[in-house]
Amino acid sequence: MIEIADLHKAFNQGQHNEYWAIQGVSLSLARGQVTAFMGPSGSGKTTLLSLIGCLARPTSGRIRLDGEDISGLPERFLTELRRRHFGFVFQQFNLIKGLSARDNVMLPAYPLGLPHRQLTERADALLAQFRLGHRADARVEWLSGGEQQRVAIARALINDPPILVADEPTANLDTALSREFLAILGELSGAGRTVLLTSHDPLVLDSPQVERRVALRDGRVVEA
Amino acid sequence: MTDWFHKQRYLIDFSLAALGRRKVRNLGLLAAYSLLVFVLASVMLFTQGLRQEAKRVLAESPEVILQRLVAGRQDLIPPGYLEQIGRIRGVQKMEARLWGYYYDPVVKANYTFMVPGERQIPSGQLVVGPALARERGLVAGNLISFRSYSGRLFTFQVAEVLPQASELMSADLVLLGAEDFRAFFDFPAGHYTDITLSVANPNEVRNVAAKLAAALPDSRPILREEVQRTYASLFDWREGMVLTVLAGALLAFAILAWDKASGLSAEERREIGILKAIGWETGDVLRMKFWEGVLISLSAFLIGYLAAWVHVFHLDGALFRPVLQGWAVLYPHFRLTPQVDGLQLATLFFFTVFPYTAAVLVPIWRAAITDPDAVMRT
Repeated sequence: MIEIADLHKAFNQGQHNEYWAIQGVSLSLARGQVTAFMGPSGSGKTTLLSLIGCLARPTSGRIRLDGEDISGLPERFLTELRRRHFGFVFQQFNLIKGLSARDNVMLPAYPLGLPHRQLTERADALLAQFRLGHRADARVEWLSGGEQQRVAIARALINDPPILVADEPTANLDTALSREFLAILGELSGAGRTVLLTSHDPLVLDSPQVERRVALRDGRVVEA
Repeated sequence: MTDWFHKQRYLIDFSLAALGRRKVRNLGLLAAYSLLVFVLASVMLFTQGLRQEAKRVLAESPEVILQRLVAGRQDLIPPGYLEQIGRIRGVQKMEARLWGYYYDPVVKANYTFMVPGERQIPSGQLVVGPALARERGLVAGNLISFRSYSGRLFTFQVAEVLPQASELMSADLVLLGAEDFRAFFDFPAGHYTDITLSVANPNEVRNVAAKLAAALPDSRPILREEVQRTYASLFDWREGMVLTVLAGALLAFAILAWDKASGLSAEERREIGILKAIGWETGDVLRMKFWEGVLISLSAFLIGYLAAWVHVFHLDGALFRPVLQGWAVLYPHFRLTPQVDGLQLATLFFFTVFPYTAAVLVPIWRAAITDPDAVMRT
C-alpha cells in the first residue's frame, strides 16, 4: 500500500520564480494495481510520480510505503529504496547509448555486485521474455522505438522491484507498439506488480489493463 | 567482499565502455597527457642517469686533489711539495700528476693531454680518446702532428685508441709519456700540474685537508665529495633550466587537462542523471568516474614513462641531450645505465596522476549530488 498525505512540492522555493507543482495531494494506492495519473501538461503528474518513486523529496507532506514513512529519508536510503522497490520506464527511455541492450538492462544491478554470470542470465531471461533475446548484443541506438522501450522495461525489472513507474510510456510509440506495451502491462499486473504511470493517451487511459485513473490539475487531485 | 570486487569490476567495465564511447576526446587527452609525462620523465631520467654516471666515474677518482694557487689562479706545483705532504699523518698514497689542455685549431676542439700514472708510454707515441680519434680519423699506427704553444711541431705515432666504454671520461684524452709532455708544453723539470692523495680513513679526509691547508698555505685541497656535489648541482641546474623552459607548455597542458577533465558534457550529465535514477548512489557514480580518471591517467603515465625510458636509454635522449649534457665539440658517445629512482618516480606519479583524478572528480561530484528527478524531465 502506498499512502500519500497532504503532499506539497515547490520548485525554486523562496525565489521570485517559486512554483508549486503539487499542492496538497492525498491518496491511497493499492498494491498489484495499474494506476494511471492523467491530466494536462503542468498538472503535476510527473512530479507526483517522481516523489512516489523517491527521485525527489516533497517540500511537505508524507509518503508511506507499506506503512514506512519514506518522505524524510536521507539520500542514501532513498537510493537503496529506489533500487529495491521501484523500476522506472522514462518517456525518452533514457537508455545509455553505446552500450548493448544487455548492458543497459544490467546497469541498475551493478551497485549490488552480483556475480556476473547470475546477472547476465537474469538480463538475458528478461530480454527473452520481451522477445529481444536476439538483440541482446545490439547497441541500443540501433534498436527501433518499440525495442528500446522493451529494453527500458527489462532494465526496470532487473532488480525485481514490486513497483513499476512509467512516465508517459506511449508518448513516443505508434498505435501498434502502444498496444504491445499495454499487453506487457497486463502481464506485469497479472504477475502481482504495482504499476504507476502517467499518460494523456486515450489508448492507455481507456484500456482495460488500467484499473484506476487519478486526474490531476494544477497540482491537485480532481478525480480519483 | 566478493560483492565489493564484483561491484568494482562492473564499475571498471562501465568506465572502459564509457571511455570507448568518447574515443576521439579520450584518445586526444591520452596523447597530450602521455606527451607531458614523456617530456617530464625524459628530463628526469636523463639527468638522473647523468648524475649517476658522474657519481660512478667520480667514485674512482682520488679523495683529495691538491692544487697550488698564485694570485687566486692555479699554478704549477714546485719541487719539495711531495716531501712536505709525506710528513702529514693519514696520507696513504700520493701521486704528482702532469696534465694540461691543448687547443687543436684543425677541429677547433680542446684536448686533455695527460701523463698516465699507471702505465708507461714510449717516447714519440700517443694513446688517444675515441671522440678525438673519430674527429681526426685516427687509428693505431697513424702519425699525427701538433704544433706546441711555443711554435714547435711535434709528430707522434698513435699507439692505441682508448675503448668506447670509457668514452664518457676519455673522449678528448691524449695520453703520452712524461718526457714528451714536458717537452711539448715546455714544462719545467720537477714541477707538476697537481697532486692526488689517498687517505687511509675516509672519516679523516676533512682533517687531512685541513692539515694540508695549514702545511701548504698556498695550496687548495679539493675533496672528491665537493667535485661530486658540483657535478650534481650542475645537472640539477640544467634540469631546472629545461623544466623552466617547458613550464609554459606544461601550464598549457594543465589548463587543457583541467578543462577536459572538469567540463562535463551534456551527454555525461544526462548519463549521471540516468544512473542515479535507476538506483546508483552518488558514491557509485564517483567511484565509476574515479576509475575512468585512473584508467586515463595511469595509462598515460605508463605510456609516457615507457616512451621516455626508450628515448633516454635506447635512443640516447636525442631530444634533450644537447641541453642536458652541455656543449662540446667532441661529444662523447655513451649509453646511460638504465635505473629508476623510486622517489623521482613517485613524485612524477603524484604530480601527474593525482591532479587529473582529482580534477575529474570535482565536477562529477557536483553533478552527482543533484536530485535525480531531472532525468524525468528530459
